[in-house]
Amino acid sequence: MNTTWSRFNIASVVLGFAFLYLPIVLLVIYSFNESRLVTVWAGFSTKWYFALFNNRGLMDAAWVTARVGVLSASIATVLGTLAAIALTRYTRFRGRLLFSGMIYAPLVMPEVITGLSLLLLFVAVNFDRGFWTVTLAHITFSMCFVAVVVQSRLVTFDRSLEEAAMDLGAPPVTTFFKITLPVILPAVISGWMLAFTLSLDDLVIASFTSGPGATTLPMKIYSQVRLGVTPEINAICTILIAIVATGVIIASLINKRREVQRIRDEQAAFRI
Amino acid sequence: MQKLITAIAGRLVIVVPYLWLLLFFLVPFFIVLKISFSEVAMAIPAYQPAFDLSQGLAANFEKLKKLSLDNYQWLLDDALYFKAYVSSLTIAAVSTVLTLLVGYPLAYGMARAPSTLRPTLLMLVILPFWTSFLIRVYAWIGILKPEGLLNQFLMWAHVIDTPLTILNTNTAVFIGIVYSYLPFMVLPIYASLEKMDYSLIEAAQDLGCPSFTAFWKITFPLSIPGVVAGCFLVFIPAVGEFVIPDLLGGSQTLMIGKTLWSEFFSNRDWPVSSAVAVVLLVILIVPIVLFQRAQARAQESGK
Amino acid sequence: MESFGSFRRKFAPWDDPAAKPYIRFENVTKTFGDFTAVNDLSLDVFNREFFALLGASGCGKSTLLRMLAGFEEPTSGRILLDGQDLRGIPPYRRPVNMMFQSYALFPHMTVEGNIAFGLKQDGMAKSEIDARVGEMLKLVKLEQFAKRKPHQLSGGQRQRVALARAVAKRPKVLLLDEPLGALDKKLREETQFELMDLQYKLGLTFMVVTHDQEEAMTMADRIAVMDHGRIMQVATPAEVYEAPASKFVADFIGNVNLLEGAVEKAGSGEVEIAAATQGLTIRADTSKALSSGQNVWFAIRPEKIRIGREKPVDASFNAVEGELWDIAYFGDMTVFHVRLDNGDLIKASSLNAVRKVENPLTYDDRVWVSFDTDAGLVLTA
Repeated sequence: MNTTWSRFNIASVVLGFAFLYLPIVLLVIYSFNESRLVTVWAGFSTKWYFALFNNRGLMDAAWVTARVGVLSASIATVLGTLAAIALTRYTRFRGRLLFSGMIYAPLVMPEVITGLSLLLLFVAVNFDRGFWTVTLAHITFSMCFVAVVVQSRLVTFDRSLEEAAMDLGAPPVTTFFKITLPVILPAVISGWMLAFTLSLDDLVIASFTSGPGATTLPMKIYSQVRLGVTPEINAICTILIAIVATGVIIASLINKRREVQRIRDEQAAFRI
Repeated sequence: MQKLITAIAGRLVIVVPYLWLLLFFLVPFFIVLKISFSEVAMAIPAYQPAFDLSQGLAANFEKLKKLSLDNYQWLLDDALYFKAYVSSLTIAAVSTVLTLLVGYPLAYGMARAPSTLRPTLLMLVILPFWTSFLIRVYAWIGILKPEGLLNQFLMWAHVIDTPLTILNTNTAVFIGIVYSYLPFMVLPIYASLEKMDYSLIEAAQDLGCPSFTAFWKITFPLSIPGVVAGCFLVFIPAVGEFVIPDLLGGSQTLMIGKTLWSEFFSNRDWPVSSAVAVVLLVILIVPIVLFQRAQARAQESGK
Repeated sequence: MESFGSFRRKFAPWDDPAAKPYIRFENVTKTFGDFTAVNDLSLDVFNREFFALLGASGCGKSTLLRMLAGFEEPTSGRILLDGQDLRGIPPYRRPVNMMFQSYALFPHMTVEGNIAFGLKQDGMAKSEIDARVGEMLKLVKLEQFAKRKPHQLSGGQRQRVALARAVAKRPKVLLLDEPLGALDKKLREETQFELMDLQYKLGLTFMVVTHDQEEAMTMADRIAVMDHGRIMQVATPAEVYEAPASKFVADFIGNVNLLEGAVEKAGSGEVEIAAATQGLTIRADTSKALSSGQNVWFAIRPEKIRIGREKPVDASFNAVEGELWDIAYFGDMTVFHVRLDNGDLIKASSLNAVRKVENPLTYDDRVWVSFDTDAGLVLTA
């Protein structure tokens, strides 16, 4: 759409983004507040950040979350990529409808149901709840998100690349690792990032499936939030936001640079 | 040999994720279903295994006979549950409409932005989605509470004299849902508006249609697939929402996600919470199926 | 044996009954669900032949190529290559290579990497691979582009990389799926000759799929005209043009006037036809055995029809009068559409061999069209 940007359009965009970002900005600002009263500004201070590092429980929870996140995202990426291939490449197999249903359903399933059902499974088979149960639960729901991300890339994948590789003597498995995977790698990586963030964010499913000794950061934050707003929570939230924002911004900058480079290369090709 | 490897790899691609989802997604549902039919006493104490294969098939079959509808009867008898379901649906529906009202102008403004600016705007909409849901909801507590920033601002501006009570009311829940789910509404609408051919509007104007009429007769109908997708994406998860009503809502805010949570964690009544989950799922199946159909149709026409 | 047109080289193994076919399709049928892509098709292609499969999209030509490459298995029938039955051999084991319509260059590999890919799969030694890649780059004149990625190349360069990659393994047969489809007209014409040159130099068998008849006529030793999964005719380009086997082929290749009529007198080597067009009697040479009263079509190319204002000396046959209805001027030649009195249109073309014409033909002129007895062809199907 190529058009004029009317005053109404500008106003709705500015107000929309103000609504989206103001709460986060305020949260970040008040994490540097001297006062314990979160809503009264009493001067700049970083003391709450130092307090964080002495909070043993919070640090332990952060460590658990990081481990669960990396492990579950990695396994979910493998499983989700396999599922995406199965969905796009095998158009007919027994139970395909059930399979695609199980991929899409968790995307909109209320977390309370997913959490409850997984917990009941772990209890039914007498599996001790803790680090591993949270990880298994996170793998299960985030692999579906990975599958959707990778699938949308595979749909636009030019199949003749694979045919060309096979035609040149590469068996299917070699073709997958040498051609398909490198080409879809950006989608697989963003699938991993999505899975990692989902795991980092999750409160409800972790609360159901976790056990003693495996308190994740969101669970810790939640239990403190229930007791009231404190500057420490603002501080840890700020750190989390900073980590995610940095990751997303770096990723998009890399993408943009690659895009610019590609356009420049293409122009160079046509000058010759 | 090569052929064998290929055949095995081809099987694994399907079998591994399939088995995983069967074991960790489908089987748990049947366990929920089964427990929702069992006696309350059976599952308390909470850690007693719900069924045991070592007892053999016959014993499990015996148990099957004992399936009871007591828990569902209980849901029917206690008006609280019924109210919670109705209130969940109402809150989700109202929030969806509000999100649409906020999200549509934003998506429309983005789609009409200069094309150099659009990727940045798009990233700015997606960015909050990557930051923690819990944190975003938490951020509103400091704003909405009686001595919070919103009241401070309004009193400073002399709009009000006494602080408004917003936190722990349904209003706060609406704000929380609109805020948290806004990207889900904006993205599909933006996608449908962005690919629209602007010369359609020019053609309408050329044929004598004023701008505003052109919007209603051309732009809006063409963006309906995006609106429908956005509404489902907000409505379905909002029905089962737990964090927002728990943190922002008050004691009178009834939502089924919260009910299930407290039934499970506070009352430790597993059979009833399972029954609550089953009913919630049954309610949600209708919009989920409608959503999948709408998506399939959009994909068909997109081809 | 009559001969048509000019030919490029003395190469006609298909006329030699002792010659063994290199590629052989035997009663090959391929169905996709209810759709029959290839229908009971048999075809022989010879070693070192440049063979073209020509047809509209959906006629089954690409399916035929893909069955030879191994991406599809025939539903029935078999395919033999150099005497070996190909059934069950996966694409990565077949001694054929394909140049894809989209080129299918691996985007994450350099030009060198793309060309070396197939050689690496064969486990060739590094030094040998390097030598072969160098040789291929030289062959397609891309030496200075070895380190570039596909997106850093122009369309013509990509096409040559795809070609180099496909011939690097010295396949028994090179399959080309619309090899020039993505190039613009000028480049396409140049590349046609490069491809022919390369085929001759390498001594390979080429099998090309195209919907562009000019491309097929220019490059191929023989053309198979396909329609609805069947082969309508297999012949040299000149034969296909001058001696089409059927109305379909006559109409598909080039421009043609098809005049319907009934056989009046059938004699030895000659036939007289009463055309449906009133007042036109056609006398034509033919070797076909025809019987009196039989319904036939007379196919005649526009360039074999004379057009002029004067009535021919003997207008009793092969001549008819009409009104000049349309003129299409192409520079090298002009095509005239003559409307006969019953409303039928006849196309006649003439070469603009001189620059200036006195009193040129113009709209609404009354004109005569006429032709010789050997100018057209009598078709029964």
